[in-house]
Amino acid sequence: MMRLLASLALVLVVFLPLKSNAELVIEITQGRDNPTVIAVSPFAWQSTGFPPEDVAQIIQDNLARTGQFAPVARVNMLGTPSREQEIFFRDWRMVNAQYLLIGQLSGTSQIEAQFSLYDVTKQSIVIEGAERAEVADIRALAHRISDRIYTALTGIQGAFATQLLYVAVTPIPGEKDYYELTLADADGARPRVLLTSREPILAPTWSPDATEIAYVSFETSRPAIFRQNLATGAREQLTAFRGLNGSPAWSPDGTRMAMVLSKDGSPDIYVLDLDTYALERITRHYAIDTEPTWMPDGQSLLFTSDRGGRPQIYRYDFVTGLTDRVTFEGSYNARARVAQDGRNVVLVHQQSGDYKIAVFDLVTRRLTALTTTDLDESPSIAPNGSMVLYATKQAGRGILAAVSVDGGARFNLPARDGEVREPAWSPYLTVSPQ
Amino acid sequence: MKYQSSIKQVVSVAFLSLFLVACSGTDTKQEEAAAAAAAAAAEAQAAAEAEAAAAQAAQERAAAQAAADLRELQDAARMAGDVVYFEFDSSALTDEGRAVIDAHVALLKGTGASVRLEGHTDERGTREYNIALGERRANTVRDYMMVQGIPGYRLESISYGEEKPVSYGSSEVSWSQNRRVEIK
Repeated sequence: MMRLLASLALVLVVFLPLKSNAELVIEITQGRDNPTVIAVSPFAWQSTGFPPEDVAQIIQDNLARTGQFAPVARVNMLGTPSREQEIFFRDWRMVNAQYLLIGQLSGTSQIEAQFSLYDVTKQSIVIEGAERAEVADIRALAHRISDRIYTALTGIQGAFATQLLYVAVTPIPGEKDYYELTLADADGARPRVLLTSREPILAPTWSPDATEIAYVSFETSRPAIFRQNLATGAREQLTAFRGLNGSPAWSPDGTRMAMVLSKDGSPDIYVLDLDTYALERITRHYAIDTEPTWMPDGQSLLFTSDRGGRPQIYRYDFVTGLTDRVTFEGSYNARARVAQDGRNVVLVHQQSGDYKIAVFDLVTRRLTALTTTDLDESPSIAPNGSMVLYATKQAGRGILAAVSVDGGARFNLPARDGEVREPAWSPYLTVSPQ
Repeated sequence: MKYQSSIKQVVSVAFLSLFLVACSGTDTKQEEAAAAAAAAAAEAQAAAEAEAAAAQAAQERAAAQAAADLRELQDAARMAGDVVYFEFDSSALTDEGRAVIDAHVALLKGTGASVRLEGHTDERGTREYNIALGERRANTVRDYMMVQGIPGYRLESISYGEEKPVSYGSSEVSWSQNRRVEIK
């Protein structure tokens, strides 16, 4: 075992073309009742030439996607102030804006944004501040401002300056499909391809510090788990056992990885120590045990098992070594993912024959369906617990979609071309994305 | 090859005896004896030739029979197809499925080859659970083949879950084609 893993050498992945065809397009399908009306005035550009990005538009789109905000359309704006002395609050009251965001951008290679958020009724500043970024990373600057606005107005940490990992698939009739493991900003912009293959790529997942990813690739004609560093591209094959090698899930402290192996017979949950490569077997059951996910405190694992006859969610406690059944409602509950609060669990739930995304409250034990479509799968929860990203089908084509955890807001993220599936929302980024 | 070399042997024995006769000179009796030896050698040569030809013919007949048998097994396996289908969320073999596997078991016994058993599911349900379900299907086929006498080391199960559908629609027509094990 040790020798096998030690002999799997580090391989450098060839850096692939930056631009991906699997760019996501956002279509808002449902907003909330009584959203907060906010006006984001175009930011003034105080440098030469044209601004590389419309920062105000990026912020406005971010806020609109949550369903909690209704931005004022630019055509309805009676003015476009960028400093306090240019603001006529009466103009903003006329378009029912409750808040107004203004800002200025300066600099050439390094861009600095100054911004101020006003309460239109009180005619006072809510927050003001500055954000800086390299010119190539100006979108990240817009996302960080969005996070600060969102936090100031909702009390919830924003999750706009995060990233999405997903698998884009181009079906080629009569031939093998074309798979691209893709990384994009949380708004779907700036997609870049991390890995291409003619064999399936699945189960992409993040390290807790968001510097690495892991996934299952069939490139060797058998399933194997790989980890890949996002900054260097360095790649390591972690497993090549006989049978299943699947469902990698990093522990919250980043030192271990839960996974599914069937080397000892039926699929069971194992935990691999990423320093020593010691492998610990967690479940021993002739049934299917799969799709492990860690509780945020790292003290227990949730997983799917059909040991009761049909797939349901179970919980393994590392302290007691005991396994308990978690879900009882319905005949199919699978692939749980837990919010950072350790309370909301999103999963795939079968209801009247359809597969939907549902949220299960570990405290109240209440299960609530979040989606009304069929064939919904692969739920992934935003690091602030507000939105759930998942995969579904639209007119026979695989797309990504998102729904707020309270079911109030929805949007779709189809790819411009091909199919997209298996989204994985990143943790909060400690360093700015490249 | 064998046939040719035995001819060579016989011919060289004949030449050698003629040479010995020539050396020994004038005695008529000796000449007669030598002539008799030569005749015997020629006779032995003819007999060996006939025997070798018969052996080869038998060999050819056996090979032809074996090839015909194998062709028959291959045809039977081809007729049966190399796909075993399953019911929804089930890894139990149907009668049709067993018939397909039986044809391949007969062929495998004839050839000694190894096969790869690729398990697949329809698109419903989660991907990783489906990978496990696909493996269970592949293992059902493997276990059945082992019971029929094919050693396990010649059988490899692998599961693709719902990743490689043969039919892309979202209805039972497509799903039933996708719930399968391919014998490769």
